[in-house]
Amino acid sequence: MDMEFSPEDLAFQKEVRDFIAENYPAELRGKQDEGEELSKEDFLAWHKILYKKGWVAPAWPVEYGGTGWTPTQRFIFSEETARADCIRLLPFGLSMVGPVIYTFGTPEQKARFLPRILSGEDWWCQGYSEPGAGSDLASLRTTAVRDGDHYVVNGQKTWTTLAQHADWGFFLVRTDKDAKQQEGISFLLIDMKSPGITVRPIITLGGEHEVNEVWLEDVRVPVDQRVYEENKGWTCAKFLLAHERTGIAGVAASKRGIEKVKAIARTELDGEKPLLQNPFFKRKVAELEIDLTALEFTELRGLAGPNAGKGPGPESSLLKIKGSEIQQRLTELTLEAVGHYGAPYFRGFGEGDNEHPIGPDYAHRAAPTYFNMRKTTIYGGSNEIQRNIIAKMVLGL
Amino acid sequence: MDFTYTETQDMIRDTLSRFLADTYDFETRQKFINSDEGRDPAIWTALAQELGMLGASFAEEHGGLGGGALENAIIMEEFGKVLGIEPYLPTVVIGGGALKAVGGAQADAMIPEIIAGNAIIAFAYAEPQGRYDLANLTTTAKKDGAGWVLNGHKSVVYAAPWATHLLVTARTGGGQRDRDGVSLFLIDAKLPGIVRRDYPTVDGNRASEIYFENVAVPGDALLGGEGAGLGLVEQIVDEATVAVCAEATGVMQKLHEGTLEYTQQRKQFGIPIAKFQVLQHRMVDMFMEVEQARSMTIMGALKLDLPAAERMAAVSSAKNKVSRGAKFVGQNAIQTHGGIGITQELAIGHYFKRATLIEGQFGSADYHIERFERLTLAE
Repeated sequence: MDMEFSPEDLAFQKEVRDFIAENYPAELRGKQDEGEELSKEDFLAWHKILYKKGWVAPAWPVEYGGTGWTPTQRFIFSEETARADCIRLLPFGLSMVGPVIYTFGTPEQKARFLPRILSGEDWWCQGYSEPGAGSDLASLRTTAVRDGDHYVVNGQKTWTTLAQHADWGFFLVRTDKDAKQQEGISFLLIDMKSPGITVRPIITLGGEHEVNEVWLEDVRVPVDQRVYEENKGWTCAKFLLAHERTGIAGVAASKRGIEKVKAIARTELDGEKPLLQNPFFKRKVAELEIDLTALEFTELRGLAGPNAGKGPGPESSLLKIKGSEIQQRLTELTLEAVGHYGAPYFRGFGEGDNEHPIGPDYAHRAAPTYFNMRKTTIYGGSNEIQRNIIAKMVLGL
Repeated sequence: MDFTYTETQDMIRDTLSRFLADTYDFETRQKFINSDEGRDPAIWTALAQELGMLGASFAEEHGGLGGGALENAIIMEEFGKVLGIEPYLPTVVIGGGALKAVGGAQADAMIPEIIAGNAIIAFAYAEPQGRYDLANLTTTAKKDGAGWVLNGHKSVVYAAPWATHLLVTARTGGGQRDRDGVSLFLIDAKLPGIVRRDYPTVDGNRASEIYFENVAVPGDALLGGEGAGLGLVEQIVDEATVAVCAEATGVMQKLHEGTLEYTQQRKQFGIPIAKFQVLQHRMVDMFMEVEQARSMTIMGALKLDLPAAERMAAVSSAKNKVSRGAKFVGQNAIQTHGGIGITQELAIGHYFKRATLIEGQFGSADYHIERFERLTLAE
């Protein structure tokens, strides 16, 4: 057991660091620093640079376009990208439907979809939750009825993240109404430009248009866009949830987040001293940092420990629970740190608007981010559902 | 980067775990902690001579297996699981740790005695006024010819009633809380002028108040430089702190397992109480604390060799997290058991008692988070 990086690892670390320094788009960096809302092109800019380099999907098997990195190299890569505050790649294609397709898909599906996920040509969204099916996902009621070579899909999905940009969506639909809940579900890939699909924005507490309602009315989906067997979609869904949970720990990004909070608290004054010297505030920062170290080493034990390479198991729920709690505490401390300037409502820069927004840059999105990040303990299986999973799968209750 | 154990480390864990399963069940432990001696000396002898366990963390040149902090952590975790009261921490981790650090003739002479099970060392460092400050000392050592004369009072010295040797911190100079002037001595526990008041502790161990009354100590009892011992003391206390984090992990695991088992047997409202979601989620929260305690112990063990400031920050973050976790797991184990949890009858309460004392051992959660802040957030 050791934490040392080999000479090869150190060389790799330098390679990654240099690559980011030379290739990260300056314009994107500026928008991030100003706290602006990001466009579709912004989201894809870094993705496409990494794709050209062959680094866009480190977790994928090499045969499908993965990097073949060791767990240590993957750790280094995520550390370095977070350290440099690189934008997080969207998970819907790379971490969610991609692994489902290469694990359960037909050769034709792999050839058709995987290259376009890697290149960023296709933007994916996730059609899981419904107005009546949140934590109880298996109670979903969107139906797909077979009609020749097609399914005809009807229903409503919700909380569909960035569906306004999506080319494709992966959907859980009910193909057998009479089967037991989990057994009548299928996993469909649907072209979001299909007739009968309507995407309507939902504006969240921070003012963002991030999630949507998706309505499906007699949407015709070719049968060859079903992944895995009919009525066995729940297998894909469970597999995907485990994948989604691993990334959700977000350790490297939270480390960067703590550095940002500290920087703010060194700038903001509390009396004659920096806020960071306020014993109460300092205590919260320290405790958060310690909790993050505990999460980091729990994740590392999984990545480079005896079970390395066996894929994420139910214990990854622990990473989701603790990781999301830490992300929320970070936004809470940031909002607390900026004081009065948490209040002004920053609507982004209008056309030809040269006036600097109210308050320091680091304060613009403190409150919207705090509000927005309440989602982390709700999405991807709420933290209560994660506790149910651990209770059942790990503790055997 | 690698988080797997070596074959030797797995073997150490398996061997000790099997031995303790045979010799250290709860009833047997209760018998010997309630005996006059407070322990069964045959176990220590067996650990040394049959299992070779006491050499796991010493160099091969001294007759050991060549291990270090990770081996100590493995062994302490196993002791935690059986509420072991064997003096492994003060003898091997602390005494052995000091000897390894100073090396030379003192190490050559004493380490083989430790490995053979002949030497038991107690660590006399705490004083009534000092709380967790290792430099806050009123015990003095005055130069007297080639040797020293010790005077002072040491508090709650674990394993002192069984000790052949005492590892003592004393002032050879400086003011009561100065960093300079602290010296470390390894002395024969039976020297004239050493007065002990022995007592049981609430977690089933034995300890003593120790009074040094003009105790004449030979010159070669000094470990390290005169007046420059605080760095060494801080180092061995950090090593000991990681070791009690490992012990805590074992204790917490048993508290959690015991709670899982009990809630599946105990019925109320016609069903096992483990079916209640409020208790399931509590037990999941306990599970997460156990796993994080294990992670932090490993983190601490791996960072013991770093430069002092980084080492201390890492150890303090580990101890802070483990202390918080030990409190949470211990209190919730008792709460979930209900009334039976606060009786002497079940093992669970005894694990709770040990968990509670580990919380404060070598510094509470508050002490360690403050040290962490001082080292990482000062400016």
